Amino acid sequence: MKLMWFHLMPYTELPDDFAQKHPSVWVDIHSSLFDPHRAHHMYNDFMDELEFAAEMGFDAVCVNEHHSNGYGLMPSPNLIASALARRTTDTALCVMGNSLALYNPPTRVAEEFAMIDCISGGRLIAGFPVGSPMDTCYAYGQNPSMLRERYYEAHDLVKKAWTEKETFAFSGRYNQQRYINIWPRPIQNDPHPPIWIPGGGSIETWRWCAEMDYVYCYLSYYGYKAGLTTMQGFWNEMAKLSKDRNPYRAGFLQFVGVAESRQQALDLYTEPAEYFYGRCLHVDARFATPPGYTTEATQRAGIESMVARAANVANPATKAALKATNMKDIVDGGYVIIGSPDEVAEQVRHVATSLNVGHLMLLLQYGNMSKDTTKYNTRLFAEKVMPKVKDLFGDWEDKWWPKPMARSQRAAVPAFNALAAAE
Amino acid sequence: MAALETTTVEVDGFPCRVWKKGSGPKLGFLAGLGGLPRWLPFLDQLAERRTVIAPSLPGYPGATGHTVLDSHLDWILAVRQLLDRSGLAGADLLGASVGGAFAAEMAAIFPAEVRRLALIAPFGLFDDQEPAADPWAQRRDNVAGLMCADASKWDALVAPPEGANSADWPIEMTRAAEAAARAFWPLGNTQLEKRLGLIAAPTLILWGERDAVLPASYAGRFAAGINGATKVQLVADAGHLAYLDQPDAVARAVLAHIA
Repeated sequence: MKLMWFHLMPYTELPDDFAQKHPSVWVDIHSSLFDPHRAHHMYNDFMDELEFAAEMGFDAVCVNEHHSNGYGLMPSPNLIASALARRTTDTALCVMGNSLALYNPPTRVAEEFAMIDCISGGRLIAGFPVGSPMDTCYAYGQNPSMLRERYYEAHDLVKKAWTEKETFAFSGRYNQQRYINIWPRPIQNDPHPPIWIPGGGSIETWRWCAEMDYVYCYLSYYGYKAGLTTMQGFWNEMAKLSKDRNPYRAGFLQFVGVAESRQQALDLYTEPAEYFYGRCLHVDARFATPPGYTTEATQRAGIESMVARAANVANPATKAALKATNMKDIVDGGYVIIGSPDEVAEQVRHVATSLNVGHLMLLLQYGNMSKDTTKYNTRLFAEKVMPKVKDLFGDWEDKWWPKPMARSQRAAVPAFNALAAAE
Repeated sequence: MAALETTTVEVDGFPCRVWKKGSGPKLGFLAGLGGLPRWLPFLDQLAERRTVIAPSLPGYPGATGHTVLDSHLDWILAVRQLLDRSGLAGADLLGASVGGAFAAEMAAIFPAEVRRLALIAPFGLFDDQEPAADPWAQRRDNVAGLMCADASKWDALVAPPEGANSADWPIEMTRAAEAAARAFWPLGNTQLEKRLGLIAAPTLILWGERDAVLPASYAGRFAAGINGATKVQLVADAGHLAYLDQPDAVARAVLAHIA
């Protein structure tokens, strides 16, 4: 199986009384809480951590896009991915992803992803989320009634920009462009970089992923227990569509804290976990449901079935049923897996097999976890857990993984030396 | 008074419900946020003196078709067809809130379409100094108080009627909010200000004194922009949907204006 290291880049110094004094971590979080000089150190720590994870042998490092968000400091994940392209060698770069409807023209996404693919020698995984209501409709002002149509149209445009050999005109409902001809073009051109779709639990998204042969990723912050219903729904739908159960069709996000013992894990990870669930997910409910964001079919399913109710859990602002902010409930609920390496390995195997997920995206940094603790968590996972779970799904082919240039043909990136560079 | 008559007209191939009641010269009504999930006592009062015709805008209760309207021009042409097919060409026109913005557009762009115009807290403008509230970013329990001075009036408008389908009703209410958002997201500013000068019809502007969505000061901006004879009247103890809060006062003012 693939073990991928995901960073949300949370602001690590939200005040203790943040949830009591401030209405929301997202959209209208107050600027006075942001200290750019502290953020300088956070960004550099976070990028160190991503580079460290790559060194430790994780299959991919993952970044994502959020706007006006106190737990996600990456309005442009592409900036981070391009820096990582220079400081990593074989690790896949999973940009999870660019919210297509926010780019005007969407050609920008085709170009920037092609740049990352070229710089990295073909290591890009191209994630295409619709984007959360908070990011897209509120922070970026997109019309919720048109968001999905724009998203699908932008997807068509980007894909055509990657694959069409001749300059072409695109006459869409929302995008009109006379000359589309991107330079650079992606290294992965058979036919294009792997496309992964992070989504909620809507049947329409599952069907679309199946039809397009894309990886479906369920990125919930609430762990494998809450994710089970959704992933079962996904696999049931794949069965209906006569798709095989190749676990690499799916990705799933899981928080983990590993230490020498369960008690030590509790000692180390309680504060960062409670920081994340208590402060980072403090989202004002008024930003949860812009009208039109949720399709009528999904609304109906939400009213009529449990599947979509579980899917809503992916959206922090509708987490009505799941509000645990203390460590006991966080662990009992399966939001964060903790324990000794053996205990964590057993749980990770359980998550992977019960959800049938071949791409496990791990959050080993969360909340205000320090760089030292993050590196400890990452190293212990890589050295003691990874070997015990890596063999899973060995019989299946991952057809959705990047196909980089041969290593011998790739550029040698010299070690960074500021003095030499200046001369 | 004649009984309430329900018909359906097509706009862009989608059905739109038209309610008609009363006798006398025609008066069109384009409802505000939430649309008309049910008939209103307010409309009965108008129907005592006029033939009230209330077509549902695309996407509002009783109608679909908002999903094919991508631009403001699409909306304007859809509303024009809706009025024509409802028999309202050249009639007096009353519009409230989002419906008010479209009523103003009709009078501006198609002067022959509207005889006398009455607006209740219309959308269409935005003032940086006095920003309108965001009706699409509200906690569920705040909506009623935002729409009406007396929150129970909004609750009564949207309460599921006896025997309503438990899945269809909330979806229909959300669809109405989506239709409004589709046309007016994110600020309610359709740059209507540029076209107010084209309105030549005698115009009455009513505004709830306690409008929590659009500040009552916007009434002055409309009055200053409109070219025709314009009268502004504030409605005491009324919020954004003043016709729900104060049906008597609003009906009296409208009937006096179009008399």
